[in-house]
Amino acid sequence: MTELNNHVLLSGNHAVAWGVKLARPHVAPLYPITPQTPILEKITEFQSQGELDIELLTPESEHSAMAACISASLTGARVFTATSSQGLLLMHELLHYAAGARSSIVMFNVNRTPASPWGFWPDQLDSLSQRDTGWIQLYSETPQESLDSVIQAFGLAETLGLPTMISHDAFYVSHSVEPVSLPSQALVNEFLPPFEPTRKLDTASPQAFGAPIDQVTWNRSRQEMHATMAQVSDLVSSLGQEWGQLTGRHYAPLEAYRTEDADVVIVTMGSMCGTAREAVDSLREQGQAVGLLKIRLFRPLPAEAIRQALDGVPCTLVLDRNYSPGMGGILHQELKGALYGLNQGQRLYGLLAGVGGTNVGSAKIQQWVAEYCDAKPYNDPIWVE
Amino acid sequence: MELIDYHDEGQFFSGHVACAGCVEALSLRVILNTVGKDAIAVVPPSCGAVICAGYPNSAVNIPAFHTTLESGAASASGVKRALVAQGKPDTTVVCLAGDGGTYDIGLQALSSAAERNEDILYICFDNEGYMNTGGQKSSSTPLNAVTGSTPAGKTTAKKNMIEILAAHRIPYIATTTPGHINDMVAKVKKATNIRGTRVILVLIPCLAGWGVADDAAVKTARLAVDSGIFPLLEVEDGLNYTLNQDTKNQPVDDYLRQQKRYRHLESEAIANIQAEVDKDWQRLTQRVASAS
Repeated sequence: MTELNNHVLLSGNHAVAWGVKLARPHVAPLYPITPQTPILEKITEFQSQGELDIELLTPESEHSAMAACISASLTGARVFTATSSQGLLLMHELLHYAAGARSSIVMFNVNRTPASPWGFWPDQLDSLSQRDTGWIQLYSETPQESLDSVIQAFGLAETLGLPTMISHDAFYVSHSVEPVSLPSQALVNEFLPPFEPTRKLDTASPQAFGAPIDQVTWNRSRQEMHATMAQVSDLVSSLGQEWGQLTGRHYAPLEAYRTEDADVVIVTMGSMCGTAREAVDSLREQGQAVGLLKIRLFRPLPAEAIRQALDGVPCTLVLDRNYSPGMGGILHQELKGALYGLNQGQRLYGLLAGVGGTNVGSAKIQQWVAEYCDAKPYNDPIWVE
Repeated sequence: MELIDYHDEGQFFSGHVACAGCVEALSLRVILNTVGKDAIAVVPPSCGAVICAGYPNSAVNIPAFHTTLESGAASASGVKRALVAQGKPDTTVVCLAGDGGTYDIGLQALSSAAERNEDILYICFDNEGYMNTGGQKSSSTPLNAVTGSTPAGKTTAKKNMIEILAAHRIPYIATTTPGHINDMVAKVKKATNIRGTRVILVLIPCLAGWGVADDAAVKTARLAVDSGIFPLLEVEDGLNYTLNQDTKNQPVDDYLRQQKRYRHLESEAIANIQAEVDKDWQRLTQRVASAS
């Protein structure tokens, strides 16, 4: 079933707020930060106009916002919050806690450079540096994808009992206005069942959550998380398919764009995928076999699917809009791990492209493809401008 | 002789791991039985957290969420909002925190919850230091007290949490001690029936941390009140102060002598403490007078 949807002009952040409105969470603790704030303000506007019945908390910090998210989720409420950069980093302790407590929070993060020095620019280091906290991480390329992903993320988080973070790039997506198709409330209700956790803080069944445990039990809790993480990629696929059947917009952990018989595949995440798509089209027109592999699900990394997508590809360019000091691009490192031992002679280049929000245009990407398609293998990260 | 009017509903189980003679366990028992069954506890790390649970056991007969040290009031807010959203606004959410989680690292979250007047009952078990980590100073540790991190005695005064909370104009603030069970029951009962942010500070003389004899914690708590060091009071709406015991009839010396943390004190330091307590008492009685 596909319905004819209304298209409206929305910024990425307002598209997120619309996704939240349609998913109808019970509780949203929110703290303002540039460039996330339009999400907070739009949700607040929905509530004040009586269009969204939600408990809004405005605590003194992102840390308390996340603390309230965790306990509200464990009390059986559908919970949403949004943040960016310093706010996400302030939450760090509680990101571990949220995952360990197996809460089902959905959080939207607007990717922004972490200080110091101060900056407000698109860079994915804030969320990528949270990769070991136990959150599922999705990256979004467009306002439409952000709206769609918010709704799917509730299905993901609440089915698996793992908190889920979706990120889109500051300004390039957060403040860019595009036509967005708004699904109907009936469609979303059909797609997203009510949150009914098997265990919660409930006076009918008094239990202690998060009490001190012994070494073996702690160890086992992580093995259980690992087993759940192993289900994420399949569920992202099936939710994306189901959403596609309802809306005509299909989603998957990865998206391979014109990668058939490619000599060079560009791998990246977020808004840069749009630019890379343009570069691929231009290069294909010029007769060069170039494709794009967009990573939508970053944690858990769908390693097997990545291996299949890149099997036999002689040259892969990873474009990282982040820099891990002393190491390089985080996606580059992840790809090296995922592709280890796949086949001899495969070349993988890690380009630090757009770190700190510097602009990366289609022409530049085409230039890098020309530079590296026949280059010698090179293991270290490469700063490009 | 005072008859203790207290009914135990079995809300706090035996077999917990409090130190023998610990009056925090006694206070937990009284408070949880008074709050009743329609309640959910939020417990930041503290002696109370250790007493309440070690997986797979729980000493409390209500659901308990063990949160992070600085998040007590924020976590309690989250539980309450989730209950309201699910049509259960009458369930009491009770935060059971220590003084570290209240005066120090949890103050920011508590101040914010109080500013929002979140509908939570916040209990601070105030043993005047980080006793669960072996006895270091917190901002609740009084002047001159020896702790693991103030071996020569603390050089600054105890933070005045009552005045900080009163400045938030929350509906109810009270103090009590395990030496005053009737007072404790009455205040917890009263607080449970008020909506909004309610805070009760419970003075917990710590056997190990203060160097009090195993059977002297209740006596020490009573001396704290009788000497005026820890007045039994209530503050309603941040302005209306009530003294529940309106005379102080003991010198501070008797209270201090119960505790090894003060045994280094010379008479001059004791006189200084007495002078400070007298001044504080005078300020407090003025507030009570201006409220009535």
